[in-house]
Amino acid sequence: MEKFEQFKGIVAPLDRANVDTDAIIPKQFLKSIKRSGFGQNLFDEWRYLDYGEPGKDISLRQLNPDFILNQPRYQGARILVARDNFGCGSSREHAPWALQDYGFAVIIAPSFADIFYNNCFKIGLLPIVSEASIVDRLIRDTLETDGYRLEVNLDAQTVTTPSGEIHRFEVDSFRKHCLLNGLDEIGLTLQHADKIRTFEMNRRDRQPWLFLQQNGDKLRT
Amino acid sequence: MKTLYDKLWSDHVVHAESDDPNGMVILYIDRHLVHEVTSPQAFESLKLAGRKPWRTGSILAVADHNVPTTDRSSGISDPVSRLQVETLDQNCEEFAITEFRMNDERQGIVHVIGPEQGATLPGMTVVCGDSHTSTHGAFACLAFGIGTSEVEHVLATQCLVARKSKTMLVRVEGDLPPGVTAKDIALAVIGEIGTAGGTGYAIEFAGSAIRSLSMEGRMTLCNMAIEAGARAGMVGADEVTIDYIKGRPFAPQGALWDQAVAYWRTLKSDEDAVFDRMVELKAVNIKPQVTWGTSPEMVTTVDGYVPDPADISDPTKRHDVEHALGYMGLKPKMPIQEITLDKVFIGSCTNSRIEDLRAAAEIVKGKRIAPNIRLAMVVPGSGLVKSMAEKEGLDKIFLSAGFEWREPGCSMCLAMNDDRLLPGERCASTSNRNFEGRQGPGGRTHLVSPAMAAAAAIAGHFVDVRSFIR
Repeated sequence: MEKFEQFKGIVAPLDRANVDTDAIIPKQFLKSIKRSGFGQNLFDEWRYLDYGEPGKDISLRQLNPDFILNQPRYQGARILVARDNFGCGSSREHAPWALQDYGFAVIIAPSFADIFYNNCFKIGLLPIVSEASIVDRLIRDTLETDGYRLEVNLDAQTVTTPSGEIHRFEVDSFRKHCLLNGLDEIGLTLQHADKIRTFEMNRRDRQPWLFLQQNGDKLRT
Repeated sequence: MKTLYDKLWSDHVVHAESDDPNGMVILYIDRHLVHEVTSPQAFESLKLAGRKPWRTGSILAVADHNVPTTDRSSGISDPVSRLQVETLDQNCEEFAITEFRMNDERQGIVHVIGPEQGATLPGMTVVCGDSHTSTHGAFACLAFGIGTSEVEHVLATQCLVARKSKTMLVRVEGDLPPGVTAKDIALAVIGEIGTAGGTGYAIEFAGSAIRSLSMEGRMTLCNMAIEAGARAGMVGADEVTIDYIKGRPFAPQGALWDQAVAYWRTLKSDEDAVFDRMVELKAVNIKPQVTWGTSPEMVTTVDGYVPDPADISDPTKRHDVEHALGYMGLKPKMPIQEITLDKVFIGSCTNSRIEDLRAAAEIVKGKRIAPNIRLAMVVPGSGLVKSMAEKEGLDKIFLSAGFEWREPGCSMCLAMNDDRLLPGERCASTSNRNFEGRQGPGGRTHLVSPAMAAAAAIAGHFVDVRSFIR
């Protein structure tokens, strides 16, 4: 995972509540066994007028001129501002992959679905929970101001508007540490491998039925 | 004075990152269920990092999302789907992971086969790269969906880095009226608290109406906890739980069984346990539910009406309802029972178990689907559910009524295989999500119970199933 650096980026607004993971990346793209390349199908059913399928040449597809991300002023956006319960629905990590691959580094919303929120941190995408009134204003300001940018500083836990207004946000200290340093969480957990083994041994003593090994149709302890 | 969730949580904490009781911990995982869609990238990264699965015996794998529900003798024709299923097969072979392959009778939807095999046991932590893992909480487990990075994390370490949720008790007291099912309880709860009402919470379902439910019903209820925003749903263990597990292939036997049962009986919330939030429903007030919109919280009763956006004062909510009605092709104030249908889908990890098929067959028996129904299909949750249903003659009941009787899989719940709605088609579905495009681009989904779906197939439009059973 890459380190999360402080940056100033173009903001795109998505003025809808309950944006679900099926909308973020439709199921037909989940057939891929790769982790990359989902950005071109981000919000596929809203973004294009024709039906998208894996392998379809993107240059031949018809963009939906009414979809907000297709407006020239939001090209290159790195921050998405959305409404309540963003990322609800399935556990597909393809949703954060698609947002990140498209170019987003930060999603700001009043609330996120739990699994989506959690998945974002695992890949270095920062979900920021912000008060509904602030989100309201950010969406309005973004719509009203061409080239509207926000500065995001994870270390200081702040979002700064062009007028210099500073909004502080909360983030779990462990997750922040992992993002800022681009840490491999598996490697961190494996530093406790001895503890896991001891726990497992004790568990095997106390609840041996949890360690029945399945071997084909036969069970052995 | 601990809740069931507290007990399950503290029994699995390997290491706490800090003294903060709500801080991150390393949580041990007992059972890892794996399917073909969310695992290939996890296995790939694991291998690239030179790592191996920590405990292969904890893993049970099955392909369910991509598999065809029609004749499978010549394999999967879609090359992209086929590659994904073959990738799972190869990964399981490489690491000696137990997998039920596509033509194994035990194959089925991952959330159906875990409990069916006894691979889901009370007191376990159960994870899967699938949000409907909450289903397994019906067995007094801590069960929740994870993303692919976490699938890799569990493969590599047998643990997850996690943070404790808040707890919510949903208590349903009284007797459910005839024709009202666990699905209706689930939709009524979501209607009450909203699709984000459970965000940040683990929900425990309790009360006499819940205790009266079969394990199938409890699974339906916990399955839908995620649609209320809660990553985990659960029900305390009782005799119904224990009876269901007894004799299943992965369940303990003999002395181990007795030892396990003694522990399982402790897996319920203490009488005086305190929850962060309580929601109470009276069973007698719950009616058959039908969703009218593009989120499970957009739900009403079968005797209800499509809402009128003009009655909604909050501008964001009004806009959402207008948008949903536009997508769904519905008019404000329209009676639910006047909504006519094109397709009917009985299946999914929510409602594809034997009890669901029995309930639907009961309604369908001796009748024919309405002429306007282009396709009515039953997709059993597993090969074993299918064969049990066939022994009971349910397949014949469905077939002679004009339903199709398919092979097990996720099918038209999410339309990753060929089973899907065409643009504008309207479906009564026993699945869990009515999102835009969920069952096919432009498709219109109404979530209902199996009995309600069956009654709608016969009538051609929604109808109060209670009038069928009188």
